[in-house]
Amino acid sequence: MVDKTLGSCQEAVAGVFDGATILLGGFGDPGLPGQILEALRLQGAKDLTVVHNGSGGGTHALGGLIHDGKVRKLIASFPSNPGNTSFQEKYLKHEIELELVPQGTLAERIRAAGAGLGGFFTPTGAGTDLAAGKEARVIDGREMVFEKALHADFAFVRAYRGDRLGNLNYRMAMRNFNVPMCTAAKHVVAEIDELVPVGGIDPEDVHTPGIFVDNVVEIVRHPEYLIITTEGR
Amino acid sequence: MPLTREGIAYRVACDLPDGSYVNLGIGIPTLVSSFIGKDKEIFFHSENGILGMGPLAQPGHEDPDLINAGKQYVTLLPGASVFDHPTSFSMIRGGHIDYAVLGALEVAANGDLANWRTPGEKVPGVGGAMDLAFGVRNVIVTMTHVTNKGKPKILNKCTLPLTAPRCVKFIYTDMAVIDVTPEGLVLREFAPGLHPKTVQSQTEAPLRVSPNCREMNVPANFQQVAQPVR
Repeated sequence: MVDKTLGSCQEAVAGVFDGATILLGGFGDPGLPGQILEALRLQGAKDLTVVHNGSGGGTHALGGLIHDGKVRKLIASFPSNPGNTSFQEKYLKHEIELELVPQGTLAERIRAAGAGLGGFFTPTGAGTDLAAGKEARVIDGREMVFEKALHADFAFVRAYRGDRLGNLNYRMAMRNFNVPMCTAAKHVVAEIDELVPVGGIDPEDVHTPGIFVDNVVEIVRHPEYLIITTEGR
Repeated sequence: MPLTREGIAYRVACDLPDGSYVNLGIGIPTLVSSFIGKDKEIFFHSENGILGMGPLAQPGHEDPDLINAGKQYVTLLPGASVFDHPTSFSMIRGGHIDYAVLGALEVAANGDLANWRTPGEKVPGVGGAMDLAFGVRNVIVTMTHVTNKGKPKILNKCTLPLTAPRCVKFIYTDMAVIDVTPEGLVLREFAPGLHPKTVQSQTEAPLRVSPNCREMNVPANFQQVAQPVR
């Protein structure tokens, strides 16, 4: 019998090695695997390359991992929002590398990797500073730049419901980067709010089919979860 | 008098056609949704995967899984949909979103937009700004007409790094509504009590005055009492 469930977040991050590339899901709090991140922080792997839309809060979640000096490189679209002090301090001291990618390009590079593509041409960024050094081509009269697929060793995401087969369902704005990220890494773990029996998610409501997911770990949300502040996330 | 920030947003809201799909940036653009008339159905899009976004959530009624691209808790209207990032940016890059209302640091006479890198900024961030500027058919800029030091923001050529070249179609400021055309900038409206020459004096790029140019029709509560907003 297939059983992709794990008992703890420690198990979820046990295989992460020094120098690994990690796709970290979520946009703000929705879809962010906060408990797996905390476990990763304690696990100790370093020289990580992390792919995430932002750079996390001060010393919370991804901010914590950066604060501890575990992240060598961040690939992000918006690492600059106020409150992301850990990243800003490291960046200004040249202790962390940044690859800045437009948000839609970041999502599509991940999607392309999961779809088995080498990359794609996009108009976004053509003729701007972010196109520097990239292959350019005029397609149907429009200047486009080549963006390469973005593969990773691990993807960590959060979903709402999951089953032992790895099928995932998301609530509201949780889907964001998580759907493509689950397709683009060698090892994919989802932190889920609720483990349901097989068949517990209507086939029409499976947003990430289990074929893409290696493990699920159920996290019971604390009541405080409902009173999160958005500051610095 | 020049318009308030709300006045600029109100003026944009008046021009969005019924049935439009619209993405609002942060700052003055966010205010636009408050001023959509009850006679119009407008669908607001948020980059993180929402179409049909409603007002901000009331305190105590926030859904922790439902935020907008500015990380504020929001609500959904009946008929709304939620989706992943690739789908969301297909809407943007694929030209399906009708209007993007964005803030700007500088706009050039040819429609070049600079709004992603501020002078002296230490950590760069681009977010979805470039995707919107390149992908959306009608880019509307809302901003104060001049900087807080009184320097024009509508220039012959941008000095800051570009977000996208030749993307801006319409400029709404506290002083004017300006169309960006292949023949250059055309002044369509000026704020109540101003004169086209006043607007030109605050604009580096040359303005052609439209034959239909008129004073803006905005309620008095959207007009400043004293000096232009900074």
